[in-house]
Amino acid sequence: MSESAAAHGAHGHHAKPSFVSHYLFSLDHKMIARQFLFVGLLMLMIGGILAMLVRWQLAWPETPVPGLGFISEPYIYPGPNGGGIIPPQTYNALFTMHATIMIFFVVMPIMVGTFGNFLIPLMIGAGDMAFPKLNMLSFWVGAVSGVIMLSSFFVPGGPAAGGWTGYATLSAKAQYTGVEWGQHLWIIALMVNGVSSLMGAINYITTIVNMRAPGMGYFRMPLTVWSLFITAVLLLLALPVLTAALAMLLFDRMAGTSFFLPEGGGEPLLWQHMFWFFGHPEVYILVLPAMGITSDLLSTFSRKPIFGYHAMTFSMIAIAFLSWVVWGHHMFVSGMNPLLGTAFMMTTMVIAVPSAIKVFNWLGTLWGGSIRLTVPMLFALGFVSNFLIGGLSGIFMASTPVDIFIHDTYYIVAHFHYVVAGIIFALFAGIYYWFPKMFYREMNQTLGKIHFVLTYIFFNGAFFPMHFLGVGGHMRRIYNPTQYEFLKPLQDWNVFITWSALILGASQIFFLWNFFQSLFAGKKAERNPWQANTLEWSAPTPPPHGNFETVPTVYRGPYEYSSPEVKEDWLPQDKNVGTSAAARAH
Amino acid sequence: MMRWLPEDVSTYGHEIDSLFYLIYYITAATFVLVTVLMIWFLIKYRAQPGRRAVYNHGNTTLEIIWTTIPAAILIVLSFMSVSTWAKVKRNIPASDFEIQVTAKQFNWEVVYPGADGKFGSEDDVKFDNDLHVPVNKVVRIHLTASDVIHSFFIPNLRFKQDAVPGRTILTWFEANKPGKYELPCAELCGFGHSGMKGWVNVYTPEDYQKWAAENLAPKPQ
Repeated sequence: MSESAAAHGAHGHHAKPSFVSHYLFSLDHKMIARQFLFVGLLMLMIGGILAMLVRWQLAWPETPVPGLGFISEPYIYPGPNGGGIIPPQTYNALFTMHATIMIFFVVMPIMVGTFGNFLIPLMIGAGDMAFPKLNMLSFWVGAVSGVIMLSSFFVPGGPAAGGWTGYATLSAKAQYTGVEWGQHLWIIALMVNGVSSLMGAINYITTIVNMRAPGMGYFRMPLTVWSLFITAVLLLLALPVLTAALAMLLFDRMAGTSFFLPEGGGEPLLWQHMFWFFGHPEVYILVLPAMGITSDLLSTFSRKPIFGYHAMTFSMIAIAFLSWVVWGHHMFVSGMNPLLGTAFMMTTMVIAVPSAIKVFNWLGTLWGGSIRLTVPMLFALGFVSNFLIGGLSGIFMASTPVDIFIHDTYYIVAHFHYVVAGIIFALFAGIYYWFPKMFYREMNQTLGKIHFVLTYIFFNGAFFPMHFLGVGGHMRRIYNPTQYEFLKPLQDWNVFITWSALILGASQIFFLWNFFQSLFAGKKAERNPWQANTLEWSAPTPPPHGNFETVPTVYRGPYEYSSPEVKEDWLPQDKNVGTSAAARAH
Repeated sequence: MMRWLPEDVSTYGHEIDSLFYLIYYITAATFVLVTVLMIWFLIKYRAQPGRRAVYNHGNTTLEIIWTTIPAAILIVLSFMSVSTWAKVKRNIPASDFEIQVTAKQFNWEVVYPGADGKFGSEDDVKFDNDLHVPVNKVVRIHLTASDVIHSFFIPNLRFKQDAVPGRTILTWFEANKPGKYELPCAELCGFGHSGMKGWVNVYTPEDYQKWAAENLAPKPQ
């Protein structure tokens, strides 16, 4: 990571600080954002490889995976030609770690860590974050948590194998999974990771509340900043609940308590209540920044103001509030009082409304635009398309009777991959869009379009047929679907999904190639290559320490595209075109 | 998509399936509508030289329309779901046919009360993994687990209920077609989760009597 960042971060500064203070323990929000990005991309590759192994096993159960034979028994059993067969215990660890890594070490570091750090100060016209040292600490504590999580692959017994949801009692006693230290480390890593996110959240909130440039009222903030602001509030309130639950689980495992163990008077469902009280806001922590970025990109590349700015803002706030009262929809068949199930169905149906409002407003933004299908725009549209499917498939699970059948099947696997894995489209959209400001060079648009087309096709090829499996009753987290008579007619879909997933994974080479090629040899970027309105594009490229030459004054909202006031079809937030503009802007 | 749904052989399954179909039609229509509009807009409003985008910040009437219509549909769906949910999970019908199922790594332990109709007495009969029940008869199950959480799933009966250690959950089904139906565990329960399964054998009343006479009658000492 440091070499690649080193290779070109170097142009940014006049006085040459030491390597350590510049690249490792940097206090600059832009460097910290890059650190989060490189770590997140590295973890994305690890999480992706784990997913490929899971898919191999589901398509061709208990056949040797090429090249896996180097891992010793009992984790992998040797097959011919250096291949290795995945045993059930390892399979459970693979999907547990895949989900854990993707959620906590890919989507959170990149969507919240990278975009939050990079964009909040630049978009609100601040010189840096409110607490630069806390910011640095947030990254390094996060990095330590990643090291702890990865180290669990190398302890006896292997990593955690109780699912990313870590349901007690399975996770609360080593004898139930056969995993001793792997599960301990999983708990500890998530607790440490929570501290990192908490520090980030405090910093984001403080920065947004206190450090907006003159004229940057709350309702002149880009929706990306709004989304990150709301996300930070959710993080601040949700993570302590997870940390408390994890502490109780660790005590049950190591100190002989019985919070979740019935033999000592504990209650297994208490874990689920606490986990999902955190877990459902967590879903919105992941998806809100994607919504914010998508909104900004759709407006910019339609050359048109965002449709219903206030509706967009208030729908995000509504989602954030409602996210606290829907957790029980994960527990309809858990044994929780069925009357509560009815109540949680109502709240869950209600939370679909603000999500629908967002999709319709995105459509409204496209209507009447002058649409430029750039690579970031394509990925943003891909996010909308996936979120549409993921949002609609959620309605099935919200209906309690329907959920009885599809709960814990591939239907839910399809649903949450369309929502959470679909975030990868917003993630790529953001990287392609802000790359020129982040790395001072342009990415290749042709390679980007190839990357988009392949990713979009094979993403859908991998995840859409999972709905069919779910309708057929295919349980999630099973090691070998061919053990079941009723799943035999569906096995061809498993093979189809695996081929799609393998090609989806391979297609990412176009991204990596483009990313690193552009990093070193891309065309030098100008200050505002997309002709966008938000403040980060008014800052010089590369943005110096402190970001702006002078403190920008904000005269209007971020979406004044194709305004009749000027000849160009964009009107930066800090461009002074006379007093009337300042007075009229919302 | 719905052709993959397994055959329904339960008395309440058709209500679940019709809700499933209803939501499927509503969401499929919404998907097609939004996707067609999106593609149409992308083509119609593509950047062309000399044309400037409409300068428009939104429309309150439209916002109200596309807030209230989805809200109305979703509220109606909720209320339609309430009665089926209550029938399946809340209002357990009376029956003289009761069995106990205890889930454990990695078996379903099935207990019939025997001739005295009481559990925990000497004439209880235990089976591993397989249920034997008569058709058109309410089957009440006292479901629990002895180690970790499992989930008792019978796809053909549209039946699913987690088995939780430390509590016994009363639940029920009524099959309306004789046959042999698979009974997998649907909640991750450890390395043997995959393959933890049994069969639900649904018999005609005559066949059930025959089976019961052979298997449930007190064994001669």
